Amino acid sequence: MSLGPYAFFIVTAYVLVAVVVLVLMAWIAIDFRRQTQRLRELEASGIVRRSGRSATEIR
Amino acid sequence: MNLIDLANPTRFLALTARLLPWLALATALLLALGLYLSAMAPDDYQQGASVKIMFIHVPNAWLSMFVWGVMSLAALGTLVWRHPLADVAGKAATPIGAAFTFLALVTGSLWGRPMWGTYWEWDARLTSVLILFLMYLGLMALWQAVEDPSRAARAAAVLTLVGAVNLPIIKFSVNWWNTLHQPASVLRMGGPTLDRAFLIPLLIMAAAFSLLFVTLHIAAMRNEILRRRVRALQMMQASRPSA
Repeated sequence: MSLGPYAFFIVTAYVLVAVVVLVLMAWIAIDFRRQTQRLRELEASGIVRRSGRSATEIR
Repeated sequence: MNLIDLANPTRFLALTARLLPWLALATALLLALGLYLSAMAPDDYQQGASVKIMFIHVPNAWLSMFVWGVMSLAALGTLVWRHPLADVAGKAATPIGAAFTFLALVTGSLWGRPMWGTYWEWDARLTSVLILFLMYLGLMALWQAVEDPSRAARAAAVLTLVGAVNLPIIKFSVNWWNTLHQPASVLRMGGPTLDRAFLIPLLIMAAAFSLLFVTLHIAAMRNEILRRRVRALQMMQASRPSA
């Protein structure tokens, strides 16, 4: 597979898409960890939902 | 389980916890197949190897509009049916749609430079997609600016529905005005004009990116539900009498 004179444009486009998608995935994963961590801390301090169920019950 | 059951955030979290790993696996497999077929696709007789940019540019461009369409349905869900997950869906989709729109603009620009001789031209298609990107950023700012999620949801829903006017303008801009951008070659009356050697990898990449959106959207919706639980518990904590 030869990209010829357009190699710079093609490779830059694919790398950029990969970077943005990976950043998006990482951001969502980090956000999930942050929210579950906060919920655990709040529950550990004795704050519970009105339903009485665990706020980290997500399964 | 029917659709009404999904209106319950706890049930939504339970169902999606089981669904997400499979969605992620399907996305990865389809993306790998699409990338392989894109790499193996022949060069275009006019555009040479630069046609490979099409396999990532077009799916991102389609999704930039599709995501706003999803957000518009969510906006209706917020304003008309007051569905408990509608504004969660709208908010979660916004940064993902912004990312796809950004990628559509940049990959288009990188494709345009060797083909048109310029990275940017203020023509109808490019400008209307840039406006779409700015509207995504505006919506993200709105969600951040209003602290109460239910108030933010109503304002964001109205803005989303107003912004939906831009979707047909983007789609038909290449027909209504003289633009550098080529007219539709896949979603058009009379069927696609693309050769199968390009059409099949393109459709597989489009399916892979669509699955990627569904996966990321569901994961982001789960985060938003958890964020609201955090907020609710923090408010309960703040309202507790101090010892």
